[in-house]
Amino acid sequence: MADDYPKVDRVMGGPSGWISIGFPAVLFLYFLGLLPQIAQAPQVHGIDWVPSLGIRLSVLLDGLSMTFALLITGIGTAVTLYSARYLGQHPDYPRFVCYLLMFMVGMLGLVLSDNLIALFVFWEITTIASYLLIGFNADSAKSRRSALQALLVTGTGGLAMLGGMIILGTVAGTFELSQILTMGDMIRTHPWYMGILLLFLAGAFTKSAQVPFHFWLPNAMAAPTPVSAYLHSATMVKAGVFLMARMNPSLGGTDAWFWILTLFGGVTAVFASVMAMRQTDIKQVLAYTTLMALGTLTMFIGAGTHYAIMAGMTFLVVHSLYKAALFLMIGIVDHATGTREATVLGGLSKVMPLTGLAAALAALSMAGVPPMVGFIGKEFMYKAGLGLGGLGAFWVTVMAFAASVMMFAVGGIVALKPFRGNLRPTPHAPHEGPWPMLAGPLVLGALSLMFGLLPGVLGHYLVGPATHAVYGEVRTVHLYLWGGFNTALLLSLLTFVAGWLIYRRHEAIRARLAAFEARSPIDFDAGWDRLLEGFKGFAAWQAALIQNGSLQRYMAVTFTTFVALVGATYVLRGAFTAGVSLSTESVHPIQWTVLALICAGSLLVVWTHSRMTAVAAMGVVGIGVALIFIMFSAPDVAITQLLVEVLVVVLVSLVMLRLPYLPRRSRASWRPGHALIAAGTGLVTTFLMISVLAGDFDRRLTTYFEATSYPEAHGRNIVNVILVDFRTLDTFGEIAVVVMAAIAAFALLRGAAPAKRDTEEM
Amino acid sequence: MQSLILTTATRLLVALLLVFSIYALLRGHNLPGGGFIGGLIGATAFILYTIATSVREARTALRVDPANVAMLGVGVAGLSGLVAGFVGQPFFTGQWLFLFRNGDSYLPLSTVLVFDIGVYMAVFGGILTLVFALEQEI
Amino acid sequence: MELLLAITIGVLVATSVYLMLDRNVLRFLFGLVLLSNAVNLLIFGAGRLTAGAPPLIDAGAYAPASVVANALPQALVLTAIVIGFGLLAFALALVYRTYMTLGTVNSDEMRVAEPMDGQDLDTGRLGLGKPDPAQPASGREAGI
Repeated sequence: MADDYPKVDRVMGGPSGWISIGFPAVLFLYFLGLLPQIAQAPQVHGIDWVPSLGIRLSVLLDGLSMTFALLITGIGTAVTLYSARYLGQHPDYPRFVCYLLMFMVGMLGLVLSDNLIALFVFWEITTIASYLLIGFNADSAKSRRSALQALLVTGTGGLAMLGGMIILGTVAGTFELSQILTMGDMIRTHPWYMGILLLFLAGAFTKSAQVPFHFWLPNAMAAPTPVSAYLHSATMVKAGVFLMARMNPSLGGTDAWFWILTLFGGVTAVFASVMAMRQTDIKQVLAYTTLMALGTLTMFIGAGTHYAIMAGMTFLVVHSLYKAALFLMIGIVDHATGTREATVLGGLSKVMPLTGLAAALAALSMAGVPPMVGFIGKEFMYKAGLGLGGLGAFWVTVMAFAASVMMFAVGGIVALKPFRGNLRPTPHAPHEGPWPMLAGPLVLGALSLMFGLLPGVLGHYLVGPATHAVYGEVRTVHLYLWGGFNTALLLSLLTFVAGWLIYRRHEAIRARLAAFEARSPIDFDAGWDRLLEGFKGFAAWQAALIQNGSLQRYMAVTFTTFVALVGATYVLRGAFTAGVSLSTESVHPIQWTVLALICAGSLLVVWTHSRMTAVAAMGVVGIGVALIFIMFSAPDVAITQLLVEVLVVVLVSLVMLRLPYLPRRSRASWRPGHALIAAGTGLVTTFLMISVLAGDFDRRLTTYFEATSYPEAHGRNIVNVILVDFRTLDTFGEIAVVVMAAIAAFALLRGAAPAKRDTEEM
Repeated sequence: MQSLILTTATRLLVALLLVFSIYALLRGHNLPGGGFIGGLIGATAFILYTIATSVREARTALRVDPANVAMLGVGVAGLSGLVAGFVGQPFFTGQWLFLFRNGDSYLPLSTVLVFDIGVYMAVFGGILTLVFALEQEI
Repeated sequence: MELLLAITIGVLVATSVYLMLDRNVLRFLFGLVLLSNAVNLLIFGAGRLTAGAPPLIDAGAYAPASVVANALPQALVLTAIVIGFGLLAFALALVYRTYMTLGTVNSDEMRVAEPMDGQDLDTGRLGLGKPDPAQPASGREAGI
């Protein structure tokens, strides 16, 4: 995708490029400056946002959020620098930068937020940004499909999570995380704990692509490579992991938590490593190893011991460093050679030595070879797994071992094979990448080495504080490279041997897996399509059932529902007796006449088949209503009613000149079923009115208006004062509606007639 | 429709109706009337004129497009609500100015009146837009 | 009087509902006009009826001297009348335009948006419009 677009002449993406690089860089330095302070004690700051709902924009700065903030801004700087060169000449690059910065803000808000609702809002911002970025090549149907799939899967999970958050907020009495995290014992024993847990995990598992919600992540690789590196490996997909880590003090530590997380995490890790072996496109290989890492992280957060959390946090940093570097590296290779196929590439170290160096550093860390920081991560995972009791120890250790073996093999596939041996022919003649694209992978690779040599720094500033935040209590964290001869080291050596064997035979294994996959009936991606088709089929069926297109049916259903519901209420609540005492004694003959005229007029409209008679009868009804307004002291309303009645007659007559005659009345035009509905509606309305009149009358509002109309609003016509002073906003909305209706009707009528005239003339 | 009596009477009636519509608008705060009623009366005047002559002549007599009057009306009404913001009160709080105070008599000016004028223009313009469109296109 | 008014409103509602259940959209419109009258009367009546005392404050007084009619429903009904007029005018324009375009005032024959048998409903994949046989929908087939 690198070259098939019309290029725009921009140096490093122009202004958008510099802004996009400067923003994360400045924030990174800012967070780096805060680091020593936060390593000592967490901080909470905040302002009220929606105080009535208990929603605050508050910031929780602790080890966990700092680690994430540094990863987001640090890798963000590398990625934006890279993108400025990679996509800077793309005509839509400024749009790309907008999405990327939007994502960055969302992600930072997510990890820093101390309020659950604010966290949800930022969570959804990252979902939307991810949707826009995956679908960046909007011309491609595949991009659009992948984007929508990611949006629907993560969005559905996000909604479930919102449900969990609201229940949790209700149980805890606050939405502030800093308070909720101290209430773990109460929440874990609450009867709603299981519901909260499952809803939260639905959000976390979809976002972090755990099996069986994993399928969107490999498809998301349709996004430009820097996006894959940033969102879909280093940051966004870790939001689910972040959420689980964040909630560990209040939701973690139960059997349910342990088994759900370790089972789903372990299965995801092993499934993904097998799938990674199957792929030939290196970007897809990396996508599946990301799944594997996410599964591993989930598993260790689930395991929940201090050691396990520490291993998880170490691996979190380790993985972000090497995975971002590898994605950026494959982008350079793709850019330079025009292909990402592992089967095609080879011998690139001769022409791309720096790329090869970056790839080697990252891949060594991924494989867990000393002295890279990946080795430390792996050692601690083994130690943590072995330290668990019983069945859990066996499961976690075996799964971690399997995943590590595969990571070793995959490290060879992505970083060793393309660069070793003889140079092979590729679509483009390969060349070394430019410095803005090399800087990121090289720095990240160097960091993997540096943290491996100086594990104390990593432990003291990042992993230690993060572990405290997740584990919930302070314990010493000591990271080291050499732990002496023990079981973990033995496992590491076994990992290398097994990994090397698999790497040597990986092409045969890949062929086997491809053959197996071809026969396998399980296909998550196709299943997703069937699910959507099912939804659409159901929607079409339901629409055809409820919304069949007959206006008469809609009206009949609406009125019947009204009669049934209001009528049932009357029968059940015994309101039929109300209002019988309303007397008709003092009714003036004129009033009798007016009411009789209204009734006669309305019946005539139904009876007649002459349009003119109908319009005249409607006029009678309208004027009768105006007379009632006059009789009962509403001069303003009466004048308005009279004027409008005149206008209605004018307009209806005008339009009717062009419309066909009403059909002649016949036996067939009498609709007894509809008459029954009509009579029922009328009857219910009459009873409604009677019970309203018989009920108590609250005149407080009117009394207030009467008392304040002159002294405060300086008006003697209370109706007008209500319209233009007390309830101005309502009136404002109403005149806006009148004007909109007029303009809409105007637009409808424009050009309606000429066509008619033409046909008439012809 | 060409009727000598209607045409002649209309000339007189339209002027009277328009004056009366302004009168109804202005007195509306203390006696029956107001922007809605004033606007309806004003629109009726022009509709009468349209029936007596033609849409073209009515448009010429009005000089401005009624749709513009209507939208301007909504704008004026909205702006009258913003005034309260300058004195730190909520949107649409009425602001009053009493001029030429002499004992018990004075000239009251207010944002409420401005709002009512906006209502008048919106109703007047909206209805005329509709009627002109119907008359013209049908 | 209240009882009689309630019955009158009932008659108005019944006739308007019967009209609104008609196939002919012009009769539907007549029903709409009657229904807005009925509802206006209902709101007005629910605020209680007071004869011969409009809600005005006499010159020199600061508040109504005696009991006056309820001003609140009057204000509501006043705007409702104008809005109802706007609605009617728009509906008229719509009916007219529909007749010019489709040549019918029978609601059962207006089937452009909602076909009777539902056959024309878009059966394509979500977000991609109609299915395009040339464009495989699954990510794997297309290769990444």
